[in-house]
Amino acid sequence: MKRKTDDGGWSPYLAGALVGLLAIVSAYATTQWMGKTNYLGASTTFVRAAGIFEQKVASEHVAENEYFTKTKIKIDWQFMLVAGIFLGALISSATDKSFKAEGVPPIWKERFGPSIGKRAVGSFFGGIVAMVGARLADGCPSGHGLSGMMQLSVSSVIALAMFFIFGVLVANLVYQRRS
Amino acid sequence: MSTEQWVGLVTGILFGFLLQKGRVLRFEKQVGALLIEDMTIVKFMFSAILVGMVGIFLLSDLEMIKLSHKPMNAGGILVGGALFGAGWAIMGFCPGTSVGALGEGRWHALFAILGMIAGAAVFAELYPFFKSTVLAWKDFGKVGLSDVLGISHWVIVSVFWVLVMLLFAWFEKKKL
Repeated sequence: MKRKTDDGGWSPYLAGALVGLLAIVSAYATTQWMGKTNYLGASTTFVRAAGIFEQKVASEHVAENEYFTKTKIKIDWQFMLVAGIFLGALISSATDKSFKAEGVPPIWKERFGPSIGKRAVGSFFGGIVAMVGARLADGCPSGHGLSGMMQLSVSSVIALAMFFIFGVLVANLVYQRRS
Repeated sequence: MSTEQWVGLVTGILFGFLLQKGRVLRFEKQVGALLIEDMTIVKFMFSAILVGMVGIFLLSDLEMIKLSHKPMNAGGILVGGALFGAGWAIMGFCPGTSVGALGEGRWHALFAILGMIAGAAVFAELYPFFKSTVLAWKDFGKVGLSDVLGISHWVIVSVFWVLVMLLFAWFEKKKL
């Protein structure tokens, strides 16, 4: 087993294990400093971001919306965590020269060509479907995949299986690599 | 910024750094796993789970932290999980990795992020409908696997470790 990947990255086993340690420390730290155990997650932040944008144009509508009220629109711990992911990835990629401007990824280009417009439409609508799904399931690969699995939650085991089963089905249909 | 926000930011920076070092943020790795061509993200994710679960259960047994199961709402998990999987395959990012991918220069992740924010707005509008349909089917509550199986979580953790190690060995053998 290699400790480094060909482009200077770390073994996924090592980097993943360190995320496991981070999850443990984070659960303890949030319990100590915030009075409540918080687990790593990301998708609720997109609800808060949507609420913050909508407040600019229709603040009453946001105030009346049951889901926004339930979620509480604010810049909270998880919101800053998601912002931190951006910064951490930027720092890591800028310091090991793996930062790369990319508009259309290779697997996509092979199937749909170099059009940025097509990629934008695919990402945008894929994003809508995925987020509606993540909110129905109450979690994403962070909240269910990492945090829920670490606690052996029944919901997370089934959610993660569904993510992968449907992900594999749709990816194989869409990218048609084996034909 | 408040303490809560600082703790979140520092944790996020470390999380993003490790996600990037593990090379799991990019579209190629996410879709590569769904095409069963490159299992990097699965190795990363399950390594995190293996290490994390030991510490989480230890701290929870010592009553230093509290477990927080997400509800086992049958309709939400099954329909939501399927929709998420489908959208994930096309977008090639998940909510957490999309912002990280943007951080390492993959600027097309911006369209995915905007799509997910739009998706959250759509969900907020449709919430009353979902609440009275999909989410109303059957809720089994916030349950853990050990509650359902009636055995110690440490037994399940041990079995889980063995199974995942076998999976890792298979990945390495097949060079996935």
